[in-house]
Amino acid sequence: MVRDITIGQYYPAESRIHRLDPRVKIVCTLLFLISLFIQNSLPGYVVATAFLGTVIHLSKVPLKYIVKGLKPVVILLLFTVVMNLLLTRGGETLVHFWIITITEGGLRTSVFMAVRLMYLVAGSSIMTFTTTPNGLTDGIEKLLHPLNKIRVPVHEVAMMMSIALRFIPILLEETDKIMKAQMARGADFESGNLIQRARAMIPILVPLFVSAFRRANDLAMAMEARCYHGGEGRTKMKPLKYHGRDRAAYAATILYMVVIFVVGRFVPFKLWIF
Amino acid sequence: MEMIHSENLIYEYDKRDEEGNIIGTNRAIDGVNIDVPQGSFVAILGHNGSGKSTLAKHMNAILVPTGGTMWVDGRDTKDPAELWNVRQTAGMVFQNPDNQIIGTVVEEDVGFGPENLGVPADEIWKRVEDSLRAVGMLEYRTHSPNKLSGGQKQRVAIAGVIAMEPKCIVLDEPTAMLDPNGRREVIDAVEKLQKKKNVTVILITHYMEEVTDADQVFVMDDGHIVMHGTPREIFSRVDELKRYRMDVPQVTMLAEELRNRGLDLPRGILRREELVEALCQLS
Repeated sequence: MVRDITIGQYYPAESRIHRLDPRVKIVCTLLFLISLFIQNSLPGYVVATAFLGTVIHLSKVPLKYIVKGLKPVVILLLFTVVMNLLLTRGGETLVHFWIITITEGGLRTSVFMAVRLMYLVAGSSIMTFTTTPNGLTDGIEKLLHPLNKIRVPVHEVAMMMSIALRFIPILLEETDKIMKAQMARGADFESGNLIQRARAMIPILVPLFVSAFRRANDLAMAMEARCYHGGEGRTKMKPLKYHGRDRAAYAATILYMVVIFVVGRFVPFKLWIF
Repeated sequence: MEMIHSENLIYEYDKRDEEGNIIGTNRAIDGVNIDVPQGSFVAILGHNGSGKSTLAKHMNAILVPTGGTMWVDGRDTKDPAELWNVRQTAGMVFQNPDNQIIGTVVEEDVGFGPENLGVPADEIWKRVEDSLRAVGMLEYRTHSPNKLSGGQKQRVAIAGVIAMEPKCIVLDEPTAMLDPNGRREVIDAVEKLQKKKNVTVILITHYMEEVTDADQVFVMDDGHIVMHGTPREIFSRVDELKRYRMDVPQVTMLAEELRNRGLDLPRGILRREELVEALCQLS
């Protein structure tokens, strides 16, 4: 089950997008998400599609992967489409049947909304597919660094994120071990209704938490023994540095923002109702 | 010059009942005097609860003595101003290999210590490479630590300590959770380091087989140091060792039993080859 979720996973490959500085990818992803909301017209979506398509092509991540990443949002997507289709009113009525009324406005909004949602997920998964978890935490730490001035513990939060990432596989393995140990003692996780099954999880969760705390304690001691004393006076083994390609990526994204804004707002091209 | 030196070291902690009320104090270490010369390989033996791990934690200032003094390379561990210097001088490797690796990639984990010390990036890369090579893990530098065996993880942990360029490494039961192969890997790596880089090594363990190459052996029991000498001296006192609940190596036991039955064998045989040699000399 956990393995099916491709969103948030890293896809190792050698590509121009992979080589970009994580900060560039985070900022440009944010800009792309914003760009989807500053316009709502067919020409605008054409520009967005062209941009997203180019990035996906450059990243060498197979389209199949990105489509798989859309799976978890399918239900949300369907729900939004149906709601918009039935409840938004505007323009001429296309279908009127019993209590169901579909108007031009409803169709338009639901189609655009579906595309917007899919682009949101695809755009952000391109970022996680092409950036290692450590790259992401480093990027976030560096980007949020100014918040240090208002006493947000940026370094600590980033350190916590990367430690959490390190311990996910260890704790998964541990869960598996505990489950097997409890099953060997006759625990039953498969049958019964939802409440019974949830209750059956308690003998897994309790030892898992105990062991997680013990690990945390050990790790804290090991970190202190290796002179960890917060972010102050700490150097980086792999410091983030902007290169020419990063500046080019920023420029391309800003250009895209201008184009989508102008095209989306001022090109009055319409195809039927869209 | 003494690397580690302690005088009348005492460590006490409060004993609590189930509600957290203090019902007395426990003495984990009781008046320990220990001297470890620079560049030597010293082993501290003891069964569970003998205080050997507590003593190890004093050498890295993770614990601070409640009585007496501990000096590491001439620095008093009680002095807060010297805390980070003490920790850099005496690096520490712990028992559980999973719980001391911080990085998600081997080389990043080895770089963690030098990063904390504020070493410049180029220098970190050099140190990471050198220390991974020293423990024979260079080819795994871009691997995830989760995919390594226990012995390999422990060697990465040792590399992480060496990258901080300590004068002394304290290993707190580094092999307790490993299989025999992993144990051998780790001990070999440690011995190589001690000889090549002239680092002082303090090995805390309850496997007597691991201490046969040590320069000095201390045996701890109930917070005291009860025996002290070269491995040969210590291992020749089999009865005493058994009293302190130590597992004497099989070869030593066999030699001792044979000697008791009247065979003329020397005391304190440590290795199988030695026993073979001694038996052949009997005629």
